[in-house]
Amino acid sequence: MTRIGRRKFLLYSSATLGTSILLKACGDPPTATTQQVGASTSSSSGDLIKVGILHSLSGTMAISEQSVVDAEQLAIDEINAAGGVLGKQIQAIVEDGASDWPTFAEKARKLIDRDRVVAVFGCWTSASRKAVLPVFEEKKHMLWYPVQYEGQECSNNIFYTGAAPNQQIEPSVEWLLENKGKEFFLVGSDYVFPRTANTIIKAQLAAKGGQTAGEDYLPLGNTEVTPIISKIRQALPDGGVIYNTLNGDSNVAFFKQMQGAGLGPDKYPVMSVSIAEEEVKAIGVEYLKDHYAAWNYFQTVDTPANQKFVSAFKAKYGQDRVTNDPMEAAYIGVYMWKQAVEKAGTADDLEAVRQAAYGLTLDAPEGKVTMKPNHHLAKWVRIGQIREDGMFEIINSTNEAIAPIPWNQFVAETKGFGCDWSDKNKGGKYKI
Amino acid sequence: MATRKKPARAGYSSTPKAIKVELLLEGLFNGISIGAVFLIVALGLAIVFGLMGVINLAHGELMMLGAYTTFVVQNGFKLLGEPWFETYILLALPAAFAVAAAVGLLLERGVIRYLYGRPLETLLATWGVSLILQQFVRSVSWQMAIGMALFSALFFGAWWIISRRPDFSRLRNFFWGIMLPLSAGIAVATSMVLGNIFKLGVTKPWFGAQNVDVTAPKWLRGGLASPWGNNFQLSYVRLFIIGLTILCVVGIYLFLQRSPWGLRIRAVTQNRSMSACLGIPTNKVDALTFALGSGLAGVAGCAISLLGAVGPNTGQNYIVDAFMVVVVGGVGKLIGTIVAALVIGITTYLIGSSTIALMVTDIQPLYDFFDFFATTSMAKVMVFALIIAFLQVRPAGMFPQKGRTVD
Repeated sequence: MTRIGRRKFLLYSSATLGTSILLKACGDPPTATTQQVGASTSSSSGDLIKVGILHSLSGTMAISEQSVVDAEQLAIDEINAAGGVLGKQIQAIVEDGASDWPTFAEKARKLIDRDRVVAVFGCWTSASRKAVLPVFEEKKHMLWYPVQYEGQECSNNIFYTGAAPNQQIEPSVEWLLENKGKEFFLVGSDYVFPRTANTIIKAQLAAKGGQTAGEDYLPLGNTEVTPIISKIRQALPDGGVIYNTLNGDSNVAFFKQMQGAGLGPDKYPVMSVSIAEEEVKAIGVEYLKDHYAAWNYFQTVDTPANQKFVSAFKAKYGQDRVTNDPMEAAYIGVYMWKQAVEKAGTADDLEAVRQAAYGLTLDAPEGKVTMKPNHHLAKWVRIGQIREDGMFEIINSTNEAIAPIPWNQFVAETKGFGCDWSDKNKGGKYKI
Repeated sequence: MATRKKPARAGYSSTPKAIKVELLLEGLFNGISIGAVFLIVALGLAIVFGLMGVINLAHGELMMLGAYTTFVVQNGFKLLGEPWFETYILLALPAAFAVAAAVGLLLERGVIRYLYGRPLETLLATWGVSLILQQFVRSVSWQMAIGMALFSALFFGAWWIISRRPDFSRLRNFFWGIMLPLSAGIAVATSMVLGNIFKLGVTKPWFGAQNVDVTAPKWLRGGLASPWGNNFQLSYVRLFIIGLTILCVVGIYLFLQRSPWGLRIRAVTQNRSMSACLGIPTNKVDALTFALGSGLAGVAGCAISLLGAVGPNTGQNYIVDAFMVVVVGGVGKLIGTIVAALVIGITTYLIGSSTIALMVTDIQPLYDFFDFFATTSMAKVMVFALIIAFLQVRPAGMFPQKGRTVD
């Protein structure tokens, strides 16, 4: 009896073996799973430069951060295809921060200590950045942070390629005061960016003759905005400007329910700082048409570098994908790092790379940007109005790149402070 | 907020009576509309958790599947063109019910039925299922779907054939040792070959990690101007959800009270062993009840897709509220769920919108107190504090189940 079984066993096991060989043969060419491109080999031989990518690939923030990872990998692939940096190929090690701030810190440690990467591109929310900041400062390492944020920070170990408040929030408030009205209602998610942003906006409104009619905060992920809408109607019965710093899912609920309650863009124009092309697609253009957003970059920006960026991105990830501001900032970050490494002649001496980065310029998709000694980029500021096709009509744009001011000059505690890491005597926060 | 002034309309020191009444009526409508969302979200859970006692943490993900079904149906109707598109929601509702019920049935037959009476294990297992479902909608692509279908067909097909042989028990080990790697190998190899041939055509995720957009049909956008003359507006979507909730509640009530299967469900939830003795197929009843609760989650998912975001995390945003409503209402009683949903909805609105604060403008310390809680975050804090206090007084909720057969 058992002999038949053994014979069968032989038959089956040879079949299994055959399958696994087949599997191996098919598995050899790198497959296009979006999360592991470039990370297929694990050897750390001399002709590879390892960098880390640290974003949320799961959890609430995955919605936004996945596309930033895509942009970073596009930049790395482009650089590799063009011969790499210092003649070496870049290998990206992708870690998932899982929308959980302690996980971010843990993964940052892992990338630095275990994987020995020479730079990390990552983070989206300020909370995640604040969580990894002590790690990067302790290890004297380097993070490239791609998202517009509330400022009030200037670390020697972080390069901020997104906008500082004076490159997004302040110009947009100024534009609103000139064109849309003096009374503002501030709506935000309940975490550090909206709260700091709103402190800045309130100080700015007070200084420029505007008025804060009210403000409210939604817990992240909250989707019930009826109470806020009632408050807006009470505070601004005849219409007014709504400044929106909501993040994530709450945005969708906010715009859907605003429309249901009859608060349209004609009387209640909403200026958003977290809604870009991706989000328009996800919320639905029906709800967003004619509202405004302030960014440094829109997909509709008309520069040769942008046409190249957009077509390369679509070719890699599909024609229906769109590019947006944080993706562009992430893409800039990778190229800026590459330039700094080439100028320094080394990727391993982080201090040399840092010093080399100051003053570098790049023909970015948004226009020519410059890395300043305060670790922020001089960037272009634009205001877009949402069109029928989900793209932005750029209705206002600065004539030149605006220099970054990380320490806010409208807030009493930081007024009169500056940041300059190229000068040892000045550092992260000095009195101007 | 220290910097917030009393709203412009309440520029006078105390709010006049007429405005107070108007505010209250507005608050009532808004509170009921929030409560209706709570209720439709909690209704399925009231059956699964309330009647069956299963702590189903994947309930939110069943809602999410309902919301994604709505998205798929909407896109299907977009192809049909304009007049048809306006009606998509009418098909999306039953479709969402069917999809969620089917997944719920699979979940009950595949996982939960082995865990009855073990709440801790159920909790962990369903939480795991919820993570799997979330990641599934993020990464499902043709490549993955074909691979999974192929694996299931090969593995379970072989299982089906072999389990019919008389010497099955002897073959069992061979089956596991050989069919599992073999079918997995074939499935993985096929999907890799597909991925290499068609590239992005099959490897691109169907939905991706992004939120997807569900746009309400035209007749549900905008709203009804308020009868009170101010610029308040009754949103059509809200009215639709209130109507849908009433329909679901009435339907469930009739099903449980008037149909033979409803009778069996009630019998099994009251006394399982006695019902079994009397010839009620408790297995079938369990499966049916769970599928029904899951289907209702699907309907809820369809409803909330009109109000909020549709993404892999959609379910997470509602699951805590759903459990909260069922617990406050009293486990095992539908009426409790209904009352609790409305009370929590109205309280949330009245506190969060500063309606209460405006009611008591005459009494300064009270005004300051309620004004402090008049943001959405703080309102949530206060509602939860009230619930904790309430459960101290009545641990079994508003309508505790009575009788000695409860176990």
